[in-house]
Amino acid sequence: MKLLSRSYMWIVFALLYAPILVLVIFSFNDGGSLSSFTGISFRWYVELFHDSVALQSLKNSLFLALSSSAIATVIATFAALGLDRMRNRYVKGTIMGATNIPMMNPDIVTGVSMMLLFVALGGILGLSDLLGRWTMLIAHVTFTLPYVLLSVLPRFQQFDSTLREAAMDLGCTPTASFFKVELPAIIPGIVSGFVMGFTLSLDDFVISHFVSSPDFQTLPLYIYNQTAHNVKYSMYALCALIIVTILVLLLAVNFAGSIGRGKRRREVTK
Amino acid sequence: MKHKLSLMERFAAVPHAVWTVLFIVGPLLFVAYFAFTDTKGAFSLSNIELLSSYSHIFFLSICFSLVATAFCLLIGYPLAFVMSRCKPSTQKLLMVLLMLPTWISLLIRTYSLMTLLDNGGLVNSLLAKLGLSPLTMVGTGGAVILGMVYDFLPYMVLPIYTSMSKLDNRYLEAAADLGCNGLQTMFRVILPLTLPGVISGITMVFVPSISTFYISQKLGGGNFDLIGDTIERQFKYPSTYHVGAAISLVMMILILISTAVMNRFSDSDGKEMVV
Amino acid sequence: MKNNHSEAKSRTLIELRSISKSFDGEQILCNIDLDIHDKEFVTLLGPSGCGKTTTLRIIGGFETPDEGDVFFDGARINDVPPYRRALNTVFQKYALFPHLNVYDNVAFGLRVQKVKEDEIRERVREMLEMTGLRGFENRKSATLSGGQQQRVAIARALINKPRVLLLDEPLGALDLKLRKDMQNELKRIQSATGITFIYVTHDQEEALSMSDTVVVMADGKIQQIGTPTDIYNEPVNAFVADFIGESNILDGSMLADCKARFAGHTFDCVDGGFAKNEPVDIVIRPEDVDVVSVEKGMLAGTVSGVTFKGDYYEIIVDVGGFKWMIETSDFVAPDAKIGLYIEPDAIHVMKKSEYSGKFGDYSTFSDEMDYLSDPDAEVEEE
Repeated sequence: MKLLSRSYMWIVFALLYAPILVLVIFSFNDGGSLSSFTGISFRWYVELFHDSVALQSLKNSLFLALSSSAIATVIATFAALGLDRMRNRYVKGTIMGATNIPMMNPDIVTGVSMMLLFVALGGILGLSDLLGRWTMLIAHVTFTLPYVLLSVLPRFQQFDSTLREAAMDLGCTPTASFFKVELPAIIPGIVSGFVMGFTLSLDDFVISHFVSSPDFQTLPLYIYNQTAHNVKYSMYALCALIIVTILVLLLAVNFAGSIGRGKRRREVTK
Repeated sequence: MKHKLSLMERFAAVPHAVWTVLFIVGPLLFVAYFAFTDTKGAFSLSNIELLSSYSHIFFLSICFSLVATAFCLLIGYPLAFVMSRCKPSTQKLLMVLLMLPTWISLLIRTYSLMTLLDNGGLVNSLLAKLGLSPLTMVGTGGAVILGMVYDFLPYMVLPIYTSMSKLDNRYLEAAADLGCNGLQTMFRVILPLTLPGVISGITMVFVPSISTFYISQKLGGGNFDLIGDTIERQFKYPSTYHVGAAISLVMMILILISTAVMNRFSDSDGKEMVV
Repeated sequence: MKNNHSEAKSRTLIELRSISKSFDGEQILCNIDLDIHDKEFVTLLGPSGCGKTTTLRIIGGFETPDEGDVFFDGARINDVPPYRRALNTVFQKYALFPHLNVYDNVAFGLRVQKVKEDEIRERVREMLEMTGLRGFENRKSATLSGGQQQRVAIARALINKPRVLLLDEPLGALDLKLRKDMQNELKRIQSATGITFIYVTHDQEEALSMSDTVVVMADGKIQQIGTPTDIYNEPVNAFVADFIGESNILDGSMLADCKARFAGHTFDCVDGGFAKNEPVDIVIRPEDVDVVSVEKGMLAGTVSGVTFKGDYYEIIVDVGGFKWMIETSDFVAPDAKIGLYIEPDAIHVMKKSEYSGKFGDYSTFSDEMDYLSDPDAEVEEE
């Protein structure tokens, strides 16, 4: 029974990874075929690195992910502070409910709705096309905002208010106690919120698809356009690179995390 | 202590509230506005009336998503159960393994699946080597559903696994003590206790399935028009924005209603997991 | 002890005048008047929800009274925020800063005052020495045991040389043995530093053994203020008598000065000043009742329960339906008929109060009081 269940589990995992592995392997295929592997070659990678549009898309993606998650983190951190201190339960509930809409809604509705806003706004302002870098930035801030808020707000709520009192008891003004005691407890939430926002923004295709324009492409949009009609082998190389990058990043984060945790455990048992 | 709030604490949430109104609530109002106006901006119900001609698309989408969700549940529930019975250290690794694909863009995953299933793809070349006749997979409904299952399976497993791992082993021992065999324990104890996880898993698979367009474009070979495809197509040209808005509005309302109904089934537990 | 105490009384450090406070329409403190003297060890004692913690928080500046004034060294400090008050607090669950190690926790107050690092190092070292925490400097607070965290909390407060130290149930989270040790430790620190301690607890034994002055509180009011001996020997009402130690509380009346009638019998006593035939509450401590033969006894009853307590037996005696609790060093068989003898000075007479008739008979143990005295049920008071 145990053997059966274990093999079931590993088969599902194998199927989950098979397409990805095949993609990575065939990105090195010299022949440019999907069915037979004819020899190792880096020609698709070389082609990719000579593709200026791909490189520009990468730059755009990084710019967008960094700036939108930074803005979202700032707004969400202040919002978390304000919401934590807010005593009016109805106002708080309304704000939280509205914030969560992008998480409940399918991405396509969020994308479409933002597109319509920008289109209508463009009409009002008399500009034919508002879509581009700045609408992308606004859209990415908007859909990352709830995730960042969700990562920061619990930190405020879990903060033991007697620690604030203890700081004031020891001579801190309310402002000083915020920076000396409360902020250190919040920072991990801010950091993980930022990282989450960054990855969400980097990964987003659907919302970007609606609020962008051809002159501001991100990496997912570029992949979409490249794979729309025929197979391009340099896309295999690009996807493989992205997969490996994500893998390395995740392993690094996990490794660092487990070291930290191991250390803490040792301290407790001392 | 209810300390006096500083000016900063009092107004810290204002930028967020303004942003939310401008860019979350505002756009949704525009969806409603576009849905109920014609191209000249006059009030009109024609977009909504036109929806009846899309009813087969809605039907097909719902069928595809339901089938994909059912497969995810059938595959995912036992998987979550097996995972939750592993050693804690193994469980951590398995969690990383499960969620890792979701960190890779859906485009890439769908694309890689397509290359595998394509007529000249690896699967068919393997079949040929085995002396079997090639299968046409891309372009069939099965491939679209397979794509949905493949892309969204982790979202089904994650919440079920979470509620499984919260399940105290003593409940299972108690059930055994009271005379349940394995199957009875599963249906009388484990399933009811993990229902909130199942509910949020269903929501987390159904919502992206019903609104997808990349999967059906790539794996459906353009043979299947789902809601997502239809919406996407309407927004290519300004003249059809209004119909697109109407379809989006209806889909949004459908999804909100079904999520609300689903959450009814589970307790308050389910809500936190949907989030 | 008594001498020290009266000496200390010469100077009033903190005064509470007619303090009232309510939360969400619920009255927590009702017209509290309290003087706290310099170098005194004062304990606020009472069951949960009696307002003792709120009183402490008003002194600390964490709450402002709705009515009344707080004076510190003669100056009104109602509106002075906590960080400008010359007192420090040892919080209920210590409230050590989790992101700082022991050294940085203790140094926190001095750093806020911008004391030079050299001096900080010296003072932290002294303080850790005094609290027995040397060698723990680099440990994070979460890795310490309850007793160690307790010491850090005390060191962190005392290093600022406050005039007054507020302690909010500081030993509540410790186990019994450690609690006894820490009681001695706190007493030692208090006499070594000469700092006024205001101590909140619901543990009457702790209050009696540590304090110069005990303030017994219930239902947002001060019931009695006095030395531990006064509180124990001369409780002012049935609540205090019941809360402090074990007691038999009976309905009675004063026939005349030094003549009390209760349990169907007239006794000689030492109290006076009551109206003729005034109804009163009579308190008799279990250890003050002597077990004698039926013939020699003033009262006669049947033993209905015997419990061995180590150095004495606790017996329950049914006298005409009222269950007496008696502590005796001699074994008495269950169901035996015995006589009870009570010395005049063992009979404490109290005026009737709102608490009359709520306590006293051991046939029913008060579940509610047990619940209220449970430290885990503290939630309501906050």
